[in-house]
Amino acid sequence: MNWLRRLLRTPEGAAGLAILLILLLAGLLAPVVSPGDPLRIAGRALLAPFTDPAFPLGTDRLGRDVLAGLLYGARTSLAVGLAAAFSAMVLGLCVGMVAGFAGGLIDEALMRVVDAFQIVPAFLLALAVVSTIGVSTPIIVLAIALGTWADPARLTRAQVLAIREQDYVASARVIGMHPAEIAFREILPNALPPVLALSATIVAGAVLTEAALSFLGLGNPNIATWGSMIAEGRSVLRSASYLSIIPGAALAVTVLGVHLFSEGLGKALGDNDVGAA
Amino acid sequence: MNDALLSVENLSKGFSSGARQVAALDNVSLTISAGETLGLVGASGSGKSTLSRLLLRLLSADAGSIRFEGEDWLALNSASLRRRRARMQMVFQDPLAAFNPLASVGAVLDDPLRIHGVAAKDRRPGEIAMLLERVGLPADYAGRPVRALSGGQRQRVAIARAIAARPSLLVLDEAVSALDVTVRGRILELLVDLQKEQGIACLFISHDLAVVRAVSHRIAVMDGGRIVETGPAAALVAAPQSDAARALVAAVPRLATDPC
Amino acid sequence: MSGIFCSLRQLSVTYGRGVAAALDGIDLDIVAGERLAIIGESGSGKSTLARALAGLLPEGARVGGEMLWPGLGHAPRPGRDFGVVFQDPGSSLNPVLTIGEQVAEGARRHLGLSWKQAYVRAEELLGRVRIPQPDRTMRAFPHQLSGGQRQRVAIAAAIAARPALLIADEATSALDVVVQAEMVRLLDGLVREDGMTLLFITHDIALASGFVDRIAVFRNARLVEAGPVRSVLSAPKSDYTAALIASHRDLATPPLIAEVQP
Repeated sequence: MNWLRRLLRTPEGAAGLAILLILLLAGLLAPVVSPGDPLRIAGRALLAPFTDPAFPLGTDRLGRDVLAGLLYGARTSLAVGLAAAFSAMVLGLCVGMVAGFAGGLIDEALMRVVDAFQIVPAFLLALAVVSTIGVSTPIIVLAIALGTWADPARLTRAQVLAIREQDYVASARVIGMHPAEIAFREILPNALPPVLALSATIVAGAVLTEAALSFLGLGNPNIATWGSMIAEGRSVLRSASYLSIIPGAALAVTVLGVHLFSEGLGKALGDNDVGAA
Repeated sequence: MNDALLSVENLSKGFSSGARQVAALDNVSLTISAGETLGLVGASGSGKSTLSRLLLRLLSADAGSIRFEGEDWLALNSASLRRRRARMQMVFQDPLAAFNPLASVGAVLDDPLRIHGVAAKDRRPGEIAMLLERVGLPADYAGRPVRALSGGQRQRVAIARAIAARPSLLVLDEAVSALDVTVRGRILELLVDLQKEQGIACLFISHDLAVVRAVSHRIAVMDGGRIVETGPAAALVAAPQSDAARALVAAVPRLATDPC
Repeated sequence: MSGIFCSLRQLSVTYGRGVAAALDGIDLDIVAGERLAIIGESGSGKSTLARALAGLLPEGARVGGEMLWPGLGHAPRPGRDFGVVFQDPGSSLNPVLTIGEQVAEGARRHLGLSWKQAYVRAEELLGRVRIPQPDRTMRAFPHQLSGGQRQRVAIAAAIAARPALLIADEATSALDVVVQAEMVRLLDGLVREDGMTLLFITHDIALASGFVDRIAVFRNARLVEAGPVRSVLSAPKSDYTAALIASHRDLATPPLIAEVQP
């Protein structure tokens, strides 16, 4: 937990962690604060925020509670963001490790596949997948992951290639360590830090992509998402701008939180000098 | 040359950079008997490191043979090679780079004990403590991260790791070159002691003839990928025959204390 | 001509996050035109001294005491008043610039020469540092040269603007013994010819003793002893210096191993 302490010592890490924890709490406590289906019609339509204590953030065009939407939307954003980033990372790590170790034709072939995925803009790819296959949450997670796994793959491979040349890997071979053990105990743990730093950016991107997909009407229509809230607010942007601004602000704060956290994490992991020589 | 522990014959290795072919090793032959230290000296680029990597099978030879403990060393593969590796170990030049940055001293010493079944799991901590003591480190260092140790201490850990699997041959590739002068002497003494005690043969590689002279029974001089001279240490140093050996003798720095 | 070039008065350096001083109260004079060796092991502070003189201390380093430059009369200008040769010939040269560019840069910037004149001077310098085929080497890149050759190029680049002081920070430590000896001869010759002051930082007391005038021994951030090389070596005042001298090994030192083969 050493790194956690270091993380908290950096201002970015502390701020980022705070924001993410608030988000997590918001998502977890959603059914407590706003029980019931957030998409149900709860009250009068277009109630302004801070006017009615029963609806602290007001209601939308159909009379749905904005606060409930916000809190449940936090769940969606976090869940989809984290799941997509996790899948992308795992896929990227596996492909990168295999390419880095195998070398030769396998490496070439895998890198060409990575090239192909990097060339297509991540958002368009996600869009294409979702519009072809369907709009359930797992599909959305898959779509986003497909657009973002290429970067971790490339980075992992570069790390593996660099670390393979180090004396301690040669040492492990000389000791008689089995290649699989060398891969998982010597190389992988040392290859991870920069790739983990990348994961935070991927989470932020995933959250935004999910919001954008829902904004375009390609999200899951049965759950509350910030993207769909922003989309719904478009038609009344002049008269009831709060409908788009509030979820938009939540999105911005989330992405900021993720970036701050990753900055702090990078500093905490990078500050690794244990002295000597 | 009956049963030499290690017998290298006509070992060759070339590298091609662009259109050029560079012979890093050109028909190198040498022998090491059990319990003996052969010093290998040469300037940078003479091929010493390539030889050590070929011996440890970190690189593959283009031609030639290596017989180790009566077996064809180069013919071994995969699992059988991994098992036999316990018999030939190496200490690297850079004591920091030779260890996984995340490893602790105990983990580093545990690896060879575990991989070669030297001791059962419950007996390993005891074995590790013994190894640490043998190389002159306190037994409680087992919990420390390797990165927290000084260069000399790390090199002691490297030696402990190398002897953990009870090898019959230890290859030391510039093992003291990166250490402070005061520390060097102690590590050299440790090596000589270990050899007397355990009968380990050593291949001691360095560009510094004075260091090699201190610990070797015989010395082989390399130049341009070839062995140009071999002989008993004292004799070779007193009367070097080859140009390379003469250059190495002349290059050893001497303290300018003589009154003039 | 033998005035004091640089005077260190109670110089102390502590790195940003550190508690222990990297240099602690150093009082040392560097005489103009002399060859001074700074001898120390790891952690002695010798590299910190080099960086402090060259103005290369990292941000957050706290400096106490003073560095006076009576030989210059003003704060030293990097490149113009002093040149530095670093330990690692692999990373001290820019891999994407030609040798010619890197050596000529100093001359052009500090001597106000045009690129053409600077290149001529660069080629002369490569000849002075005994690079074979200087004209071809001008167009070569660092990765095409050996470690010893790169170090010679680094020396040429350091003296391109005719500085008064040359700081060699472990400049020979990464080279093998034969090349080390050549490099030391080269430095000695160059410094004598140009009347430069040389600060030769190393852990190898024997190597330095072969050609310098004075040595200063550092240990754990302190200056242990300084004086003319013969006096210090034949009659060291401190136990540490005596220990350093005793741990030197050359071919005359009795071997550790028994002569008889087992």
